[in-house]
Amino acid sequence: MGLSALLLDPFLDYAFMRRALVACLALSLGSAPVGVFLILRRMSLLGDALSHAILPGAAVGFVFGGLSLWPMSIGGFGAAVAVALLSGWVARATQLKEDASFAGFYLIALAVGVLLISLYGGPVDLMHVLFGSVLAVDNDSLLLVAAIASVTLAALALIWRPLLVECFDPGFLKAVGGPGGTIHMLFMALVVVNLVAGFQALGTLMAVGLMMLPAAAARFWAASVEGMALAAVLIAAISSTSGLLMSFHFELASGPAIVLMAGVAYVASILIGPRESVLRRLFPGRHLEA
Amino acid sequence: MATIRLDGLTLAYERHPAVHHLTGAFEPGSLTAIVGPNGAGKSTLLKAIAGLIRPAEGRVTLSRLDRREIAYLPQQAEVDRSVPLSVLEVVALGHWRRMGLFGGLGRGQLAAASEALDAVGLGGFETRPVGTLSAGQFQRGLFARMMLQDAKVILLDEPFTAIDTRTTADLLDLVRRWHDEKRTVVTVLHDYEQVRQVFPETLLLARELVAWGPTDQALSPANLMKARAMAESWQDDAPICHRPAA
Repeated sequence: MGLSALLLDPFLDYAFMRRALVACLALSLGSAPVGVFLILRRMSLLGDALSHAILPGAAVGFVFGGLSLWPMSIGGFGAAVAVALLSGWVARATQLKEDASFAGFYLIALAVGVLLISLYGGPVDLMHVLFGSVLAVDNDSLLLVAAIASVTLAALALIWRPLLVECFDPGFLKAVGGPGGTIHMLFMALVVVNLVAGFQALGTLMAVGLMMLPAAAARFWAASVEGMALAAVLIAAISSTSGLLMSFHFELASGPAIVLMAGVAYVASILIGPRESVLRRLFPGRHLEA
Repeated sequence: MATIRLDGLTLAYERHPAVHHLTGAFEPGSLTAIVGPNGAGKSTLLKAIAGLIRPAEGRVTLSRLDRREIAYLPQQAEVDRSVPLSVLEVVALGHWRRMGLFGGLGRGQLAAASEALDAVGLGGFETRPVGTLSAGQFQRGLFARMMLQDAKVILLDEPFTAIDTRTTADLLDLVRRWHDEKRTVVTVLHDYEQVRQVFPETLLLARELVAWGPTDQALSPANLMKARAMAESWQDDAPICHRPAA
C-alpha cells in the first residue's frame, strides 16, 4: 500500500470522509485561536465547563426534535450562555469565586443533560451526544460549522486589540475607557458558539479538545500571540486530518481519535517544542556573553 | 484648567469606609504626594479619581477634564506579564486615545513610542517580550506608555516600590518634567524623603484626612503621629455613619 493510498484515498473515495475533513478544518480555524485567548486569560478550564453546559440544552432540543441540527444547536447555545451568565452572576453577587460557581453549574447541567437523553432516547443517542459523530456530518451541519468559523475569525479580527489588552492589563483598558465588559461578553459568546460547532462533530465531552489542546501546544512554538494563533490552527488541522485517517484505517471512534492526535501534538510540543520545552531545559546550549 | 474636586468623598468596601468624608481639591498643574499608613485608603482614592470605583457617598468632580484625559498607573501586581507582547507594543498602547480599537499606528506615532523608550532608558528594547524585563525595566516601560498618553492628569500608585535608586531617580526626573509641563500629577508614596525633595504638596491620609497642603506643614511631626494612630482594623459592629455628606 503506497503513501497516497494511506493518506489520500480515504478522502478521494468516500464523501463522508471529505465532509468530516472539511468540518474539522473549519472547526480548527475557529476554535484554536479562541483557545489561545482562553489560555492567555487563564480560563483554560472554563472551556471544559462550558462544553458540558451545552448538554442539557442539546438534550431539550433532542427531546423535541430528535437528533436534528437546529433544535440541538440552539438549545445547546442557550444552555451554555445561561450557565455562563448564571455563574457570572453568582460570582459577583455572592462570596463564591467564578471557578467554583462554574463548576457547580456545569455539573448540574451535565447531570440534567445525561438524564434527559437517557430518559427519552437510547444509549446510542447518548453516545452520539457525548462523543459526536464527525463521520455522519451532513451538509447542514457542515454549513453551520463553516459559518461559525467564518464569524469567529471576523469577530476575532475586530476585537483582537482590546481583547489582548484586556488579557494583559485590564485596568489600563478600563482607565482609557475601553469596552472591557463588552469585549468579555463577546469573547464568551465566541467560546460558546465554537463549542456548539465542536459539539456537532466531536460531542460535548470532546468538543473542547480541538479548542484547548492545540492552543496549549502553540505556546511552545511561537513567541507572539499572532504566531500562537497560527500555530494552534496548524496543529488543530494536522491533528484533525491525522485523527480522521487513524479512525479510518484502524476503525477507531473518530472524535476521540482526533482529540488524541491533538493530545500527541500537545505532549510532543511540551517535550521538543522550540520554546521553553523540556528539551530546551535539558539542553539550553552554552550561555552567551551578554 | 483642569481641577479635581473631592466633596465629602467616602469610598467603602462592604460598607466599611476606606476613605472617609474627604474634601479638597487637586489644583491644575499641582504635584501632590499621597502618603499615609497601610490601609489608609491611598490606592482606593486614586481608583476613585480614575473613575474605576464608585463613591459610597460624596463625589469626585472633574472640571474641564474628560475622564479619558486621566492616565492611571496602578500597582504592578495587576498586570499579567505572561501575555506575549513586545515592549514596543505595550508602550504604543499609550496612543490608545488616538488609535482606538481599530486604528493603525502611523510612522510618527511609532517614532514617538521609540523616543519615549529612549527617554526612560529603554532604547533598544523595542522587540523584547515584556515578560523578560526586570521589575524596574518594566516600570520604565509603563512610564514611557504614560508619556505617550499625553494626559492632563497623571495618577501613580506606589510607582517606585521594589525599584532601584537609579531607576527611581530617572523616573522622578520624568515626574518633575510632567510638573514643568503643567500636568497635574498625584502619586502615592511611602518614602518621606522623596516626598520632601520632589513634591510641593502632600495629602496625608489615614482613612480620614489628616493634612493637605504644602509638604512641610502636612508632614509635621504632630500630623505624622496622628496618622500613625489610625486603627487599621475594621470594626464588625461599627455603627452607621450619620455625618452629613458635604
